[in-house]
Amino acid sequence: MLLKNTINELIKIIAKPRSYIGFGALTLLIGIILLAMKADGKSFISFVTASFEQTLSFNGEILNGNLMAFIILQMLIIHVPLLVALVTGDLVSGEAAMGTLRMMATKPISRSAILGSKLLAGAIYTFLLTLWMAIMAYGVGQWMFGSGDLIVLNNDGLVIIPGDDILWRYLYGFGLAYLALLAIASMSICFSVFSDNSIGPIVSTMSVIILFTIIGSLDVASFHSIQPFLLTTHMSAWRSLFEMPIPSPEIFNSIYILLAHIAAFTIIALWKFNRKDINT
Amino acid sequence: MVQEVVAVRNLKKSFKGFQAVKDVSFTVNKNDVFGFLGPNGAGKSTSLRCMLSLIKEDSGEISLFGKSMRSNRGEVLSKIGSIIEKPDFYKYLSAYKNLELLARISGTTVSKSAINDILEFVGLEGRENHRFRTFSHGMKQRLGIAQALMHNPELIILDEPTTGLDPQGIVDIRNLILRLSKEQGKTVILSSHQLSEIEMIANRLVIINKGKTLIEGSVNELLNTSQMVVRFQLDDSQRGIKLLQSDFNIEAKLNASEQELELEIAKIRIADVAECFVKNGLRIYSIEQKRKLEDYFIKMIQDV
Repeated sequence: MLLKNTINELIKIIAKPRSYIGFGALTLLIGIILLAMKADGKSFISFVTASFEQTLSFNGEILNGNLMAFIILQMLIIHVPLLVALVTGDLVSGEAAMGTLRMMATKPISRSAILGSKLLAGAIYTFLLTLWMAIMAYGVGQWMFGSGDLIVLNNDGLVIIPGDDILWRYLYGFGLAYLALLAIASMSICFSVFSDNSIGPIVSTMSVIILFTIIGSLDVASFHSIQPFLLTTHMSAWRSLFEMPIPSPEIFNSIYILLAHIAAFTIIALWKFNRKDINT
Repeated sequence: MVQEVVAVRNLKKSFKGFQAVKDVSFTVNKNDVFGFLGPNGAGKSTSLRCMLSLIKEDSGEISLFGKSMRSNRGEVLSKIGSIIEKPDFYKYLSAYKNLELLARISGTTVSKSAINDILEFVGLEGRENHRFRTFSHGMKQRLGIAQALMHNPELIILDEPTTGLDPQGIVDIRNLILRLSKEQGKTVILSSHQLSEIEMIANRLVIINKGKTLIEGSVNELLNTSQMVVRFQLDDSQRGIKLLQSDFNIEAKLNASEQELELEIAKIRIADVAECFVKNGLRIYSIEQKRKLEDYFIKMIQDV
């Protein structure tokens, strides 16, 4: 029944116009960034590298597909959660508002299977959105700008990664980004269970992300103890893959914390949904 | 032997301090068309939602097909088809696709031809590929009934299925329920404000008010259907009243419009009264049976 209803959930996601907003927005945003960089990228790169030019000389094309993917991923990882929440935050509450949750719940399918199938469908949607972001940022970036060495400015300084040592980093990087977005998806589905309208969970999800981002960036002593456990702290874990050497313990720590968030939101959602009075 | 399909005992449910259902009990037997009556806010929908496990009761027992709903939810729900309040579907999907989605989780295998058959049964043939958002209210109700029937359930629960329908739609739904009961032997629970509908098609009923069961029983027993209230429209109502008094010892009265006289009489004597009027030169323009359930229902809920 779980798989059958997952098929149903995917059919509904495919049929809903709002499911395509995320893909459309990503295509538009990444397209604009790529075209802008194609037109005016060299002056942008000159501006960024100006401070190094006295100590370093750059040979080859710095502005390449690998750099573009890095810039895009860095820029969008904070914004894509809205696109994820737009669909996943609506999965339960949207049906409650529409009355179709009532129709489903009178069928011989357990509440856990209903929610489980929505979580699975949400995870598949999030995966496809991440994949699309990867195709647009890396694939189209490579096509427009070609390949080359990647120069990244980290906290520890400038890191230069050879062009043939980059693809696997992006594969894992988008994997980590997917995990972070999956945590967002599970949070918005969790909020969705508590609500009977579709706007509430989307706004709540974004509010939590903004709040956590602010707490995470404030250098206040009382926040220091909670900052390592905030979801938003680990949304940029993918960047660690572009350090030399790669800080594996930090990455694994981020993976565990993101998985813990996913597990916690899923358990809370299941607990609540199994007790939810369907009054709409 | 009468087979009990639904048994609800001492059902209670409250929402944030408001007790919507205080003490509801009733029994539905196999093949019943069971009227579930009550004014707005009486607790009908809440009781039905508890029966279908949409909401959790505070206390009381709900047994369906002899089994507890809570511990046999999947098995029990696979034998039930229902519309609660109003049929809601995915607006962006076609009628067929909506049914296909629900069929997939109905607990039984529902073939494509079965979906098409049920759409034909409810009069939606030719509209299967139209999106739900383009449907009229009557078509939505029909689709709601189709989803309730497509997995061939033993028990059908219809909550206000005729709300908002035009007269033809009401007649169609009534005939559909009668067909389900008489031709297919289904048990039907019918919650409705259309008291005349209930009176015409239900064999048993329960009336609830303010969250409590007021009375439950067979329609014939409760309404004493051997006695009828009949309205005669005559060319001279005053003479008619006198004739009824002298020949039949029946007190008749003029109704509010003073166009018709109204009397309570044994069903078998209606023809005698009509014959008497004709023999005495009165012209009969119409003879109409006044439905008794409406009076009975109002009396019951006012007595509480």
